[in-house]
Amino acid sequence: MTDTTNDATDDRKYRSLWGDVWSQFRSHRGAMIGSFVFIFILLAVAIGPYLWTLDPNYADVRNRNQGMSWGHPFGTDQLGHDMLAQVLQGGRISIAVGLTAMMLSLVLGTFIGVLAGYFKRLDGLLMRGTDLFLALPILPLLLVIIMLFRDTLRNMFGPETGIFILIVFIIGITSWMQTARIVRGDVLALKEREFILAANSIGTPSKRVISRHIMPNILSPIMVSATLGIATAIITESSLSFLGLGFPSDFPTWGRLLFDGTQRIAQAPSRVIWPGLAISLTVLSVNFIGDGLRDALDPRIRGR
Amino acid sequence: MLNFTLRRLMFTIPTLLLISFIIFIVLDLAPNDPTGNLPLTIPPEVRAKIRASLGLDAPMYIRYLLWCQQFFINEPLNLMNEWFGWCIGDCENRLRVSSWATRSPVVDLIAERMPQTLWVVGMSYVVGIMIALPIGVISAYKQYSWFDQAGTFVAMVGFSVPTFFTGVLLIVIFSVWMPNDSIFWLPSIYDTTHEVTDWSSFVFQIRQIAMPVMVLALYNAAQISRFMRASMLDNLSQDYVRTARAKGLREKSVLLVHVLRNSMIPVVTVIALGIPQVFGGAIITEQIFKVNGLGQLLIIGIEGADIPLVQTLTFLFAVLIVMFNLVADVLYGLLDPRIRYD
Amino acid sequence: MTLKYLVAGTLGAAMLSTTALADAHMAQGRDGNVNIIYWQAASIMNPYLSGGTKDLNASSMVIEPLAHYDETGAMVPTLVDEIPTVGNGGVSADLTSITWKLSEGLVWSDGSAVTSADVVFTANYCMDETGGCQQLAKFGDVESVEALDDLTVKITFTGPKPFPYGPFVGSTTPILQAAQFADCMGIAAPTCTDQNFGPIGTGPFTVTEFRANDAITLAANENYRDPSKPAFATVNFKGGGDAAAAGRAVLETGEFDYAWNLQLAPEILADMEAKGVGTVHSSFGPLVERLMINLTNPSAELGDERSTVAHPHPFMTDMAVRQALSMAIDRPLLVEIGYGQAGKVTCNVLPAPAIYDSPNNAGCEVQDIAGANALLDAAGWVMGADGVRAKDGVRLSILYQTSTNAVRQDFQALIKQWWSEIGVETELKNISGGVFFGGDQSSPDTFQKLFADLEMYANNFDGTDPEAYMGSWACDKIPSPENAWLGRNMPRHCDPAYDALVAEMAGTADLNERARLAIAMNDMLMQSYTIIPLVHRGNVSGVVNTLEGVRLNAWDSELWNIADWSRAE
Repeated sequence: MTDTTNDATDDRKYRSLWGDVWSQFRSHRGAMIGSFVFIFILLAVAIGPYLWTLDPNYADVRNRNQGMSWGHPFGTDQLGHDMLAQVLQGGRISIAVGLTAMMLSLVLGTFIGVLAGYFKRLDGLLMRGTDLFLALPILPLLLVIIMLFRDTLRNMFGPETGIFILIVFIIGITSWMQTARIVRGDVLALKEREFILAANSIGTPSKRVISRHIMPNILSPIMVSATLGIATAIITESSLSFLGLGFPSDFPTWGRLLFDGTQRIAQAPSRVIWPGLAISLTVLSVNFIGDGLRDALDPRIRGR
Repeated sequence: MLNFTLRRLMFTIPTLLLISFIIFIVLDLAPNDPTGNLPLTIPPEVRAKIRASLGLDAPMYIRYLLWCQQFFINEPLNLMNEWFGWCIGDCENRLRVSSWATRSPVVDLIAERMPQTLWVVGMSYVVGIMIALPIGVISAYKQYSWFDQAGTFVAMVGFSVPTFFTGVLLIVIFSVWMPNDSIFWLPSIYDTTHEVTDWSSFVFQIRQIAMPVMVLALYNAAQISRFMRASMLDNLSQDYVRTARAKGLREKSVLLVHVLRNSMIPVVTVIALGIPQVFGGAIITEQIFKVNGLGQLLIIGIEGADIPLVQTLTFLFAVLIVMFNLVADVLYGLLDPRIRYD
Repeated sequence: MTLKYLVAGTLGAAMLSTTALADAHMAQGRDGNVNIIYWQAASIMNPYLSGGTKDLNASSMVIEPLAHYDETGAMVPTLVDEIPTVGNGGVSADLTSITWKLSEGLVWSDGSAVTSADVVFTANYCMDETGGCQQLAKFGDVESVEALDDLTVKITFTGPKPFPYGPFVGSTTPILQAAQFADCMGIAAPTCTDQNFGPIGTGPFTVTEFRANDAITLAANENYRDPSKPAFATVNFKGGGDAAAAGRAVLETGEFDYAWNLQLAPEILADMEAKGVGTVHSSFGPLVERLMINLTNPSAELGDERSTVAHPHPFMTDMAVRQALSMAIDRPLLVEIGYGQAGKVTCNVLPAPAIYDSPNNAGCEVQDIAGANALLDAAGWVMGADGVRAKDGVRLSILYQTSTNAVRQDFQALIKQWWSEIGVETELKNISGGVFFGGDQSSPDTFQKLFADLEMYANNFDGTDPEAYMGSWACDKIPSPENAWLGRNMPRHCDPAYDALVAEMAGTADLNERARLAIAMNDMLMQSYTIIPLVHRGNVSGVVNTLEGVRLNAWDSELWNIADWSRAE
């Protein structure tokens, strides 16, 4: 029925929702720059290691602690590893961990937050569960998880993938609570608003109310959580490996490169600048993309 | 609302008991060991005896019940004894919750560390909030202005550059490069025995908290200002704002009364979640500046598998978390009267 | 007033002031405060309840043993006038007892006299089964400790004890005051918080404020046996942070005077030292970083019989493989990158004291990749297409574990690379120290279970006698499920000839003969490549230029001679 009315309208004026979103997104300068930088970083870490073919784990001991040069544009570390190769290789793991762990915690947090905020009966139980997770001491929990699952996962997926799954799971499972609390707070307020009451009163099923009316209105805190979440995940990964709970030491990650470099901050500033820049650029670009997306998805702003 | 609060408070007790039990299970399962950090010159047979003397050979539930008795009965009785001089039961030989590493009552250790934790972590939180709220509001009101862009940039860099890096950077600048006699020179080591008695000792105190507070405040402000900005943006485009303006309200009151109040819900959540973490300390920053607050106490306890210490500290955090989340829920109701819990 | 008077008066005043100066120069507490930073904070002042190095060192400023080891490893009398030996009759001819005689006139910091009863009390305090005393091993073969008179103590052993200097020598076993600790025996030991935080001692300092795991303030002991010492009136003993921060505070900013254990990358340390504020001191005890080969099969498929003697390792039992692994390592480079002046190349697992250092294993300092390859070729290990050698379907693929520590991870990376050059594939694993060294029964990651093909860590022994240390590679010290994985024979090395040497050493008193036996045991382990030594490690500490008198000691507490420290003019 509605389809026919749509067909009847002028074809040139017809624009899909996503088309609208896209054109609004494109007009957001920060978001476009952010996208280009982010895609550049993704390409660099995905293709970079094939172009810059030095092995990141080859220790050229004679050339250790070198500054920047043509042979080693980013210099070398205390064992003579090429820093450019290490940053490229490390980016693969850091971005993969950052994105997947952020997604996991976001999905989990939003899901629990919406359920708790919307359904009064679930609220008490879910929020007390959230309190429990907030209260759990993370480090001993990690030790337990690692003890129970490291060897199993290593045998199933090999040392690299096994530990990747474990770390993403750990970061995700220990960082969803803030998102859940924030989302719940917003949903509590939203659900008393007139348009939700209206939707309820005409008998819209809860599932549809949530997906059509609640979700679009809680996007901004979720976007902020997402950008902050990536940074947290990348940094958390580095503290995990610092505690001996992360990737084996021959898998460089941005967080660990930055941590190792910090000790030599006065002697070799380039050791901290490159990984630090990589992390900051990633987080900044994701933040601007998030800003643009939020604007693009908000019908009130889109109309302006 | 009062009804709701009371009901929630009643519900809190079984929740906290359950949390304490789950924490105990996690700590008990964790594979680190109280003898793990001792020198290897202590032979394995002696280690077994040390474990036995700590009571580690008793079954898990017995040790949990023992902790419950010490924490929920003996410690409050002891506090009454110390504060009011009331003596109930055997006051002299009551077993208190004792740390395995220091062999001293955990509650005393915590009390000893409160001052530096509040000075450094608490101060940084207050400073962080005071910076973040105005930045968030102005950034949203003047979206995409140079102020907003600069604020975004600083916030994102502040959040994505970890404190282990900013802390060391500040030390290198203000303690190492700065000449010792310059007024900008700052001590890199926090003196916990320092007491504020007069103006000059107060100045010294400010100098020694300056760097850790800067590091932590930047991190906190970054996070809170982002949520503030996003939430303000959401509300600025709402119909009620247009209505208020159409009614001829002054822009200032539109912004600071109507929009700000409605935007506070996510910010209140974030701040309420952060306060227990103030008491949890800031582990990395405390380590870099040798502040030795609650965070350092906790991490030493975890590294040394000091179960009574970690259990007690974590449980106290749990109490704070539950309490402040309750406070947040009550605040939601005050900020937005439409929110009802009954 | 005449000129004469005037001159005399001035002279007199001048003389007065010089004598006053001289007095001030020799008085206790003349140099004010000294700041010491330990990046691991001390948690207790009683070494019997915590054997951690930081706790031992902190308590050594307050409580003292009968005798110390000096920086050369020689014993020096502390609370006695001479060290008992067989020669001076202090040790009985059958080696079953030792008699110590306290110096006359010693007093505790509270003014009461030190008597033999205090020594007897301390022994009973530690030997109480329920107290969980961490130095119990020192009293292992003690049958009884009795006071013969007010100043004489006789320690009787259950059998002949060729080296009877276990109890009360070195800062691990200081004398406690019986009066103070009387109520702290056995299960009451942990409840004595005040005593454990502020023991009354005979040392140069007394505790004024103790903040556990944070800072300790100490003041000079007014009743110290030498009235001109210590030169410092107070000590601020700060804990916390990390090695880099401690190094910075002493070597770069000069905020502190002494920093313990600066285990930092050599180039960082050199850079800090170049600031000219302080210097780095190092000294060497018997600490050796080594690789322990697992001679048994760690495969997870074996279930409960993993890493037990029932299943020999598929390729580590081949000596050619072990020898090739050792030959491929460039030890001087490891020292240069990891430890600098705090490390030396060693080819022995027992490199010190000098008398025990075997001369028979020289040559390991030269890396020989070609030789290692030739050796493996000759032994039938054929290089595969993937660059990994194999024989009869067994690939040379190694899981290499160690504890989490920046230098150890650097070593892992380098060694992995060298081994890849001889066709050995290596997977690295690092485990948090508290778990690795913790010995928790339920954890698969302890260094005793060794569920890997080899592992790396450092070990040493207390004092100067290696008998117990060398004995740890006897057959009966193999960790296994039957003995709850207790025991330190990580390689699962079992050789009747070795056990015979261990037994022979237990009954030999002559020092030179003991040295011959220890060297023979060391050589057996080295020449079978069961243990691969990497680096002989020393202690490194940072000392500010204005601090004098530091004699860094690897055999005893680093602060053993703090009474002699003073401020340079």
